Amino acid sequence: MAKIAITINDKTIKVEEDSTILWAANTIGAQIPTLCHDFRLKPVGACRVCVVEVKGEERLVSSCATKVWAGMVVQTDTERVHNARKAVIELLLSNHPTDCMTCEVCGNCTLQDLAHKYDVRESRYYAKPTGGIKEDRNRAIQFDSSKCILCGRCVRICNEVQQDEAINFIGRGFDMTIGPAFNDSLLDSSCVLCGQCVSACPVGALVEKQAAGKARAWELEKVHTVCGYCGVGCNIFLNVKDDKVVKVTSEVGTVPNDGNLCIKGRFGKDMVHHPDRLKEPMIRKNGNLEEVTWDEAFDYIADKLQKIKDEDGPDSIGCIASSRCTNEEDYLMQKFARAVIGTNNIDECART
Amino acid sequence: MSFGSGAMTNSIREIKDCEVLFLIGCNPTEAHPVIALEMKKALKRGATFIVADPRKIWFAKHAKVYLQHKPGTDILLISAMMNVILSEGLEDKEFIKNRTEGFEEVRELVKDITPEKVAAEVGVNAADIREAARIYASQSEKTAIFYTLGITEHTCGTDNVRTLANLAMLTGHIGKPSTGVNPLRGQNNVQGACDMGTSCDKLPGYQSAYDPVIKEKFGKAWGVKLTETKGFSLPEMIDEADEGGLKAMYIMGQDPVMSEPDQHAVKRALGKLDLLIVQDIFLCETAKLAHVVLPGASFAEKDGTFTNSERRVQRVRKAIEPIGNCKPDWEIICEIAKRMDYPMNYASPKEILDEVASLSAHYAGINFERIEHMGIQWPCPDTSHPGTQFLHKGKFTRGLGKFFALPHRAPAEQTDEEYPLILSSGRTLYHYNVGTMTRRSESIAQKTNDCFVEINNIDAGRRGIINGEMVKIITRRGEVDARAEVSSKAKEGVIWMPMHFAEASVNKLTIAAFDNITQTAEYKVCSARLEKLAG
Repeated sequence: MAKIAITINDKTIKVEEDSTILWAANTIGAQIPTLCHDFRLKPVGACRVCVVEVKGEERLVSSCATKVWAGMVVQTDTERVHNARKAVIELLLSNHPTDCMTCEVCGNCTLQDLAHKYDVRESRYYAKPTGGIKEDRNRAIQFDSSKCILCGRCVRICNEVQQDEAINFIGRGFDMTIGPAFNDSLLDSSCVLCGQCVSACPVGALVEKQAAGKARAWELEKVHTVCGYCGVGCNIFLNVKDDKVVKVTSEVGTVPNDGNLCIKGRFGKDMVHHPDRLKEPMIRKNGNLEEVTWDEAFDYIADKLQKIKDEDGPDSIGCIASSRCTNEEDYLMQKFARAVIGTNNIDECART
Repeated sequence: MSFGSGAMTNSIREIKDCEVLFLIGCNPTEAHPVIALEMKKALKRGATFIVADPRKIWFAKHAKVYLQHKPGTDILLISAMMNVILSEGLEDKEFIKNRTEGFEEVRELVKDITPEKVAAEVGVNAADIREAARIYASQSEKTAIFYTLGITEHTCGTDNVRTLANLAMLTGHIGKPSTGVNPLRGQNNVQGACDMGTSCDKLPGYQSAYDPVIKEKFGKAWGVKLTETKGFSLPEMIDEADEGGLKAMYIMGQDPVMSEPDQHAVKRALGKLDLLIVQDIFLCETAKLAHVVLPGASFAEKDGTFTNSERRVQRVRKAIEPIGNCKPDWEIICEIAKRMDYPMNYASPKEILDEVASLSAHYAGINFERIEHMGIQWPCPDTSHPGTQFLHKGKFTRGLGKFFALPHRAPAEQTDEEYPLILSSGRTLYHYNVGTMTRRSESIAQKTNDCFVEINNIDAGRRGIINGEMVKIITRRGEVDARAEVSSKAKEGVIWMPMHFAEASVNKLTIAAFDNITQTAEYKVCSARLEKLAG
């Protein structure tokens, strides 16, 4: 694609001609705040917090939704821009709860960060917001209508990316909210509980229901790993507190999933801490499986396998590796079969 | 076999740029939901979809051509498409000449397989087959095939795959960005498990376990002399156990009682073993029969790597300490080996991967440091190689691409008066395989937690079955009760069940008939009948 020259904050750069101002500014590290923007979605320019000054334009333009043109001159952080952003934030806070101290996403909230950055301590237009946590019998996704800033990211990711079309805007004016048709439970809609809406929400309106109340954002250690379900290999972050996986998140820009996850990846983590997990080795004694020490189990297995190998030959033993285990473990299992037992009787569950 | 490697030829990020997508025997919105999102991007950009599947899946509703073919007729369908391409001169003559061999046999084979001749047997309109063939062959350069277990879980599974490869080579739709043949792998590390040589005839890196030179190499590295004797696959091991030849099995992270066909026979065979060791995170159905049960660690509790469907080797990281007294599987194997006087001393999985890299050319350039931030796609022959985005560019792994002329073979079991319906089985969005993991998630189990059977409206109407009522599904091997889901999703004459539910295991019903090459079971076709529950 052809490249064109533009100037951002007195710095001239060459960018692809279909770039937005926001994208171009990102490439030189000029920070522009956003709320309604998500790189996975088509820009809509709804929140106006990303406005910048463009030479020759009378009004401020939204940088997320305006494409560059040759010779464009942009200032991203002038006093006029600063005042406009401050006004936008003040208006957003005019009907937003001020309960940051107990809010689920405190410390991980774009609106909170912007209020801090632009020093908006209170809104001159404040009126107590209506709504609250919606009663919905689904156990995955929690929606608090009072915290929703109507940026539309949840609606757009559901319609554009997921294409499930489960939620949309409902009502007008101060009564406007988001939800499935007739504002029913998500379980009674076409929602597949992928939680993509949660991943797109910049505030505390949509959160993982199971994780609510479990941890503050700064207490969570995020461990970068790979989802253990299907073969797509989505990159995930296990959010851990006190040696417990509290929730699963991803990040826009990760390969191959670009921050997207499905229901299994995002909400299928309960099995890790499930009480049914096997915790001790067991040997069958008098017909029942009884807990034993690792030492006893290892010796029992080694003795028995050795005996069978000696008496009936290595080919009377078979080993099965797993499509669920790591490469290293599968490698060792086939090495165990071939080098320790001495047989090619090795297989895995690739066919199921 | 046609190209020389078994893996997705393209990358996931190339999918959104595909202009024609031919989906056959795969259901991405349920089985590979995040790959489905890339396909949905292509759909938004105006890509044309051809979908061939006995079930009216999500993408079928958005397809230009939807072929609701009868299970087990894939070769006939694809051969008829090739017939159209050849008779209308839409093949890529240059590609066939320069990059393939064996074409004449295929031309000869499909010469008489016209859409009109096979339409009735395949169960679709001849005109639709013609249209699909034309779109696939000539609408766009960026044309890719996607398939999964709907193609492979047949007694002719390997032939199905090779016939798809024929179709791709015939039109030159292989070896370019967004152009290729892509099996979407089912489980998180099924690709990696295969790469690691966990098949009886393959050492790591798909090197033959029976080749003397290769055996010598591995024998030297491992300090042993490797056996000459051919090994058994899992279905063969089960048969051997039943006949008394196999005395012991050591099973890690698999539940054959739930996942193998004909459950009754599997249980009987495993019950005859002198020693059954099962290493798992839950007391799965197979573990309930074991002599020794070892608690393994879940993926959240250990370090290592998984290889995804696009051949990307990625880091798995330990996030929490192992639950209770469980141990990572690699530590368990090392300890047993040690006590059998074979030292396996690895400080960490990192050292194990280094050993893999030293023995397998695909992984030679891959180590923990290089994949710290982002995974690398094999083949990666050395540590300066960036990895391989798509396969078979300019040249196939095996040199020339090979056409295989393969005639249609009927499934192992045919419908008859007693068992008039075809039963097919698979996976759903909400649950994963045998269900031991997802059924323990509160929010997921809330969506679906009971076994169901999809029945076509017409079949249900004939039997007086209404949506939601419990019915009995009966095959020659067993019977199971499940809730009827009546809609037009299933094809008339075909019923479909998920595989996740131990209390109503579909594998009590399925047939132990296997592909002649890969030993994959025919989960997609057996004969069944439906009965209303008494009362």
